[in-house]
Amino acid sequence: MTEPATGDPLPAGVLRPHAEQEYAGELARLAEHDDRPRPPGWRLSPWAVTTYLLGGELPDGTAIAPKYVGRRRLMEVAVATLATDRALLLLGVPGTAKTWVSEHLAAAISGDSTLLVQGTAGTAEEAIRYGWNYARLLAEGPSEKALVESPLMRAMRLGAVARIEELTRMPSDVQDTLITVLSEKTLPVPELNTEVQARKGFTVIATANDRDRGVNELSSALRRRFNTVVLPLPDTVEDEVDIVARRVDRIGASLELPQAPAGLEEIRRVVTVFRELRSGLTADGRTKLKSPSGTLSTAEAISVITSGLALAAHFGDGVLRAADVAGGLVGAVVQDPVSDRVVWQEYLEAVVRDRPEWRDFYRACREVS
Amino acid sequence: MTAGRVEVFGIRHHGPGSARALHGALEEFGPDAILIEGPPEADGIVELAGDPGMVPPVALLAYSPAGPSGGPAGKAGKEDRKAAFWPFAEFSPEWQAIRYGLAAGAAVRFCDLPAANQLVPPEESDGDADGAEPGERPPDDVRLDPLGTLAKAAGYDDPERWWDDVVEHRHEGPSPFPAIAEAMAELRETVAPSPADPREEQREAHMRRTVRRALKEGFERVAVVCGAWHVPALTAKVPATHDDRTLRGLPKTKIAMTWVPWTHGRLAGRSGYGAGVRSPGWYHHLFAAPDRPVERWLTGAARLLREEDLHVSSAHVIEAVRLAETLAALRGRPLAGLDEVTEATRAVLCEGAKAPVELIRERMVVGERLGAVPDRTPMVPLQRDLQAEQRRLRLKPSALGKEQDLDLRKPTDLERSRLLHRLRLLEVDWGVPAESRSKGTFRETWTLAWRPEFDVELIEASAWGTTVRDATTARAEAMAAGAAALPELTSVAERCLLADLGDALPTVMRALADRAALDTDVAHLMAALPALVRALRYGDVRGTPTGPLRTVVDGLVVRVCVGLPPAVSGLDDDAARDFLGHVDAVHGALALLADDGHLERWRSALENLIARPDALHGLLEGRITRLLLDAGRLHDVPARMARAVSVGAAPARAAAWVEGFLSGGGLVLVHDEELLRLVDGWIAALPADAFTDVLPLLRRTFGAYAAAERRAIGEQVRRAEAASGPSRPSAGDLDEKRAAPAVATALRVLGWEAR
Repeated sequence: MTEPATGDPLPAGVLRPHAEQEYAGELARLAEHDDRPRPPGWRLSPWAVTTYLLGGELPDGTAIAPKYVGRRRLMEVAVATLATDRALLLLGVPGTAKTWVSEHLAAAISGDSTLLVQGTAGTAEEAIRYGWNYARLLAEGPSEKALVESPLMRAMRLGAVARIEELTRMPSDVQDTLITVLSEKTLPVPELNTEVQARKGFTVIATANDRDRGVNELSSALRRRFNTVVLPLPDTVEDEVDIVARRVDRIGASLELPQAPAGLEEIRRVVTVFRELRSGLTADGRTKLKSPSGTLSTAEAISVITSGLALAAHFGDGVLRAADVAGGLVGAVVQDPVSDRVVWQEYLEAVVRDRPEWRDFYRACREVS
Repeated sequence: MTAGRVEVFGIRHHGPGSARALHGALEEFGPDAILIEGPPEADGIVELAGDPGMVPPVALLAYSPAGPSGGPAGKAGKEDRKAAFWPFAEFSPEWQAIRYGLAAGAAVRFCDLPAANQLVPPEESDGDADGAEPGERPPDDVRLDPLGTLAKAAGYDDPERWWDDVVEHRHEGPSPFPAIAEAMAELRETVAPSPADPREEQREAHMRRTVRRALKEGFERVAVVCGAWHVPALTAKVPATHDDRTLRGLPKTKIAMTWVPWTHGRLAGRSGYGAGVRSPGWYHHLFAAPDRPVERWLTGAARLLREEDLHVSSAHVIEAVRLAETLAALRGRPLAGLDEVTEATRAVLCEGAKAPVELIRERMVVGERLGAVPDRTPMVPLQRDLQAEQRRLRLKPSALGKEQDLDLRKPTDLERSRLLHRLRLLEVDWGVPAESRSKGTFRETWTLAWRPEFDVELIEASAWGTTVRDATTARAEAMAAGAAALPELTSVAERCLLADLGDALPTVMRALADRAALDTDVAHLMAALPALVRALRYGDVRGTPTGPLRTVVDGLVVRVCVGLPPAVSGLDDDAARDFLGHVDAVHGALALLADDGHLERWRSALENLIARPDALHGLLEGRITRLLLDAGRLHDVPARMARAVSVGAAPARAAAWVEGFLSGGGLVLVHDEELLRLVDGWIAALPADAFTDVLPLLRRTFGAYAAAERRAIGEQVRRAEAASGPSRPSAGDLDEKRAAPAVATALRVLGWEAR
């Protein structure tokens, strides 16, 4: 029915290719078929960007894999925000695909997802504005050549999307450096008495963690320069199983794990455990549960399955079995060795044990806990 | 046959787009008669719609008038009630047609099947009950919203947007109505060869008949405004005789018609008479906004958020508008609709937060508002009286729930409170009493929210009388006459006092006295007493004359005291427990009444009871002992307790005694060492198997205490054991100097300082 898009061969030996490398084929095909108006500086039209994110099929039969499984409206709001040259703030608990979405948006819009600033408590203003090559600065005095551009500055020069990860982890004064950039779209360099004016197509996608909101709350001046999209946890088990299965396939392929079919049954089990513990309620709505301290996000479910696959391939019989996921699963749930262990034991004894079809799973979990 | 010209305009009920298009089309057509889908009984009152006092949303109400023959006694039950509403909002095409017709001097009439036929009770009619009430058809019916079906077919989730996109934004295009008629013809072909429901056939037959009549009367340009679904049926050539046959011999009922105020909330219709319009506020905005609907809406949202102290600047609004428009463009829609606007509001104005979005949905998307009808509207006298009262007391009905604090010491507030209590007696719960924040009995807190169906309740209640006071009095008297049990009667009496129904009180009191005299069950009498005592005390605050009530209370107390001894003998565990509640309630009530004579009588009755303890259940004996101890009437309590828990008594009875004695606070054990020692000694001396028997009872008793009390008791016991000699801390442990200020303060608090 459809053939996967083929693109440039991936650079050899790279552990994890960038989105624009991995999906180069899809992006090229999309650009070919995209006859809608593109905002200045954009590689694709907003419509095509939405298709790239949510998946679909092109007129020539090329299948576009969905990158984000969830509500269409959220992605539409995100893309429309960027099309109005506004900055986009993606909020959500850890593991809700914020970074993933921001990387793919940047790849689709600018063809470059690498203009990235990672926010940490130690992020300095230079990381956002510019720094100096001190050897040169001392030797030649301030000059363009002595200037070390930040990714943000490069994005302004190129008219591309800059990404800022974990915005709320940066100190507030560093965050506020963004205000001028976002409202005036210029970055003054007073030492050289010049400035960098952003070219069309420049915009910023920031991600921030819902749980850490209090770490360094955005000032209202900065806040109002962002449009906010809150990414939720997946709505249904089916959605979540779908997401996990897709990603596990992809990661398995890129890590060149020996082929072990990811049993959908095992994925469903892990996802169910995660959802039940996260919501504090069993799927049938009958039993209340305690919730562990971790977030138990979809991303963690993916890594549990991936490591299970590796175990199955290298040490098991090549088929993903309960025993392979049990270790990773317990590790993901029990983050706090004291309180979480109690939660997990309770869950195991009260819920898992009573499910006849989960017998093997129960035994496996008992062994590792 | 005739020279007259007929145009049929198929509209979407409550569609602002339809309304605007219809207005234009009517102006172009210039009809001299407009026939609207609605009950023809309303022809007589349609001109009221032109009155400046008439403010939509309003509704036509058809109801079965309660004839005098029905009377209060034969009041029909709720199930038999028949009422139907035809709601109109500002943005309803029908409303626009009415307004246009009245302004242009055209004859405005309704052409639907008469409400008299539609309101026939289901068992007499041959159709289903749903068909009888236009407001309650299942919402997924294609016939109810055919344009919605078309929109869905075109891939739209909101029919209004589809209409907007397809019709509104083609300015130069011709009138949309012919195209709609064609589409409907198609749809009717495919969807349903009308099922077994004859109602639709009848309605359309009546519409055709009305059109024929109008032509016969000589109108030359007749405009018919009806749901789009009916258009093909009206334009079809059907012989008059066929329709006559359809309509012949339809069952009829007697109905009356009037206008009543309506609310947007009801239009949004989550239940009952809703019209299924999900976003009346947005529709109203679409219709009312002269231009730039998106900008105006978002500005309004920003203002709303600012009122709630959320910081939203004009820059936010600008960005929100841009986002909404870009979203619309991304989705290939010519103009941003409610979806885009809501998403822009969420992402920009509310910065991703949920609660403000919800606020906007409630206040703007539904946009609660209450319509008004002019004074000339036909009303039952009861409604008029209520209006006059509302005006006099300055209590304005509003659709949004509002809290009102009443200070009963002020005459106006007192009257307001009485009015609300009276309405509650009539089952018009306009005001619902809320938990008052203040402890004082002179304060009442009410939540006021007017709901359209109150008009129906009022009309129904008008069978009881012509003024609120009369109707309530009659209703209270009827309730008293029909009351089944004594407590029910006392609650009526209490409500009469709250509502200041002096006229009803004698009747209710007589009924009460009669019932009390005949009632041999002391438990009933005891249950009735607290409410009456409360009313008596409360009456003082409200200045209600309570003479008759006092007589009843006096009689009750005497009867209770006399009837007590036989009533308490031979009770089993459960009955004793029930009775214990009654004893406590009466005791509390009499304490509240503070009438020395009654208290004396009650206490002697109790004393008599424990004078012959063998007939008494242990629980009751313990409790009564305690009550009398607290009242200072018993001086040999330790001895009594010793007797009750001594070896001779069965352990279970002893435990019940202890439970009764200690229920309602264990502090007595902390302060009275003697008692504690007795209890302690009794428990310690219990044989092993008896201990197992009484343990649950003890657990229940002590488990009810507060943790602090339990701890205090435990400490007391331990200290007693440790010291085993003098159980109080010896005087030597006290540092009198340090204790002195605390003692002085305690004395001052107790008011003993002066003595």
